[in-house]
Amino acid sequence: MTMQPASTEIASRTAAIIQELKGLEGPLLPILHEIQEEFGHVPQDSLPVIAEALNISRAEVHGVVTFYHDYRSHPAGRHVLKVCQAEACQSMGSDAVAAKFKQLLGIGFHETTRDGSVTLEPVYCLGLCACAPSAMLDGEVIGRLDDEKIEEIVAEARS
Amino acid sequence: MIPRIYISGDSGALALGAEKVAKAIAKELAERGVEAKIVRNGSRGAYFLEPMVEVATEKGRVAYGPVKPSDVKSLFDSGFLTGGHHKRWLGAPDKIPFIARQTRLTFARCGINDPLSLDAYKSLGGLKGLQNAVAMAPADIVKQVTESGLRGRGGAGFPTGIKWKTVLDTTSDRKYIVCNADEGDSATFADRMIMEGDPFVLIEGMAIAGVATGATKGFVYIRSEYPHAVAMMNKAVAVARKAGVLGVNVLGSPNAFDMEIRVGAGAYVCGEETSLLNSLEGKRGVVRAKPPLPAIQGLFGKPTVINNVISLASVPIIMDKGATFYKDFGMGRSRGTIPIQIAGNVKNGGLFETAFGLTLGDIVDDIGGGTSTGRPVKAVQVGGPLGAYFPRALFDTPFDYEAFAAKDGLIGHAGITVFDDTADMLKQARFAMEFCAIESCGKCTPCRIGSTRGVETIDKIAAGIEPDKQIALVTDLCNTMKFGSLCALGGFTPYPVMSALNHFREDFKPAPVAEAAE
Repeated sequence: MTMQPASTEIASRTAAIIQELKGLEGPLLPILHEIQEEFGHVPQDSLPVIAEALNISRAEVHGVVTFYHDYRSHPAGRHVLKVCQAEACQSMGSDAVAAKFKQLLGIGFHETTRDGSVTLEPVYCLGLCACAPSAMLDGEVIGRLDDEKIEEIVAEARS
Repeated sequence: MIPRIYISGDSGALALGAEKVAKAIAKELAERGVEAKIVRNGSRGAYFLEPMVEVATEKGRVAYGPVKPSDVKSLFDSGFLTGGHHKRWLGAPDKIPFIARQTRLTFARCGINDPLSLDAYKSLGGLKGLQNAVAMAPADIVKQVTESGLRGRGGAGFPTGIKWKTVLDTTSDRKYIVCNADEGDSATFADRMIMEGDPFVLIEGMAIAGVATGATKGFVYIRSEYPHAVAMMNKAVAVARKAGVLGVNVLGSPNAFDMEIRVGAGAYVCGEETSLLNSLEGKRGVVRAKPPLPAIQGLFGKPTVINNVISLASVPIIMDKGATFYKDFGMGRSRGTIPIQIAGNVKNGGLFETAFGLTLGDIVDDIGGGTSTGRPVKAVQVGGPLGAYFPRALFDTPFDYEAFAAKDGLIGHAGITVFDDTADMLKQARFAMEFCAIESCGKCTPCRIGSTRGVETIDKIAAGIEPDKQIALVTDLCNTMKFGSLCALGGFTPYPVMSALNHFREDFKPAPVAEAAE
């Protein structure tokens, strides 16, 4: 297991991020993105620091964090695999693609493999609709998935 | 002259292996000791031919595609650097039928050159629209955009010029231009393609909007699912700023305009304009009640133009060639061109920009070439997850805002998903409700609760529990959602549900129960 940083360390790293982005108009989302980039998730210990710095309530920060699908309350696996489940991919068999990924990884959507290598998530459209079915491994896009490509992706993510 | 090889860096091409092809070509060049420059261009949108490789020869460009890394050696052996023949040879890219049949106004430059070369942009007519605009009175710019007949390409089809006029006429110390690049609808990728393939056209369009309305600051709100578009726009803004396209003196004029790229956080509803504004302000992406209109009280309460990427990217050509030039394309009240995105189970998938007026059948059968599985087309969904499913019987509908509305559908952001005869329309109707439940912002009851009840009711139909009663319930629920929801998410979810129910009723019959064994 990876060690979680101590709360004081989270607070100081959060404060540094805020300091850098506070001058933006509407800085909360850019700050949260940066925090997630830094810690792999948005730690609870970051919230009071943000609230204080932006002069909003902690409840407001919590409300924003929980509204958006992208922000995680816990760290993800080393790789994040997003499998498109929207209509264009459905028309090309994204159900079967998802089933194959789940079977090979031994997990369902929103779960992480036991070895911490992969988190599997559904995504509703990657804009690769003329190359369906599609997926994204970390930032890398993959289209026209077939069994061979699926196995390759799983092997890459597991390594 | 050093030969130039063009390999697309567009996400769609990358998803099909363009990076591996580029590496293989670079390796082969090194091994053979051949000098050539590899340029990463955008995509021309013919995704069935991607990864497409183009070579600039003395007789013009020659394209090859779809190229696999394993083709690279034989391409060199066939002398592709001088346009030699090969099994992947396609000839001049602009003569490829899928591309030759288009009318490219907004996408005129997309996929041709390095997206970050401002010189290449200018060499193909870029910045002429903005140059004209800075020499005009704001009201005249707005007039020209209004007269072009341009309507919001995000889906709602509201006249762009009228929106701009409201912002121009509203007095304020600060005004904003917000570009909605939260392209969440399945089957749509036009925004992504233009941001990755010709980002300056969007920057130019936003700068024109700023000059026209007196706004000095712009935001592009891009969904987080588009990391490549985000990176490209950030780089392009930096280039534009350095070149004086953006800044305190836009193209040397007294007009100030600068912009920032912002990234969404995975909420589909933020494609709705007021929810997008809340998100930009750092709030939950809940929908605002209208009025007040964003044009009067928008971002941070200031007058705001909020337009889709394609609307803004269509402005430069209007300011360059004039309102009449643009207006002469199209039909009825749908003027100009529309980038149709042909997606899903289709043979020739990609982006096809054309004047309004083609029939759905022309698009799907003729241009799209039918399904990629080779099975008959059963249904096409037009306009993303909130668009109606059309059966073959309605394939004579012309691509036009009003014509689609008359058939209880919408063209939306002009994405078309093709389904073959294996599609189960009850499942598609259920998904529409499920998607609405996942993505609802929760502010209004018809959307928040109705979508969940919709899923349950459709499940009962599938299970054969009093199907007629459930169908009546779904119909009533859709009526409530359509007229009682605050925004298009709850309000338009009934389109896919009711069209599936009305046009494909046979899929809503309970599955025949097997006879009990003797």
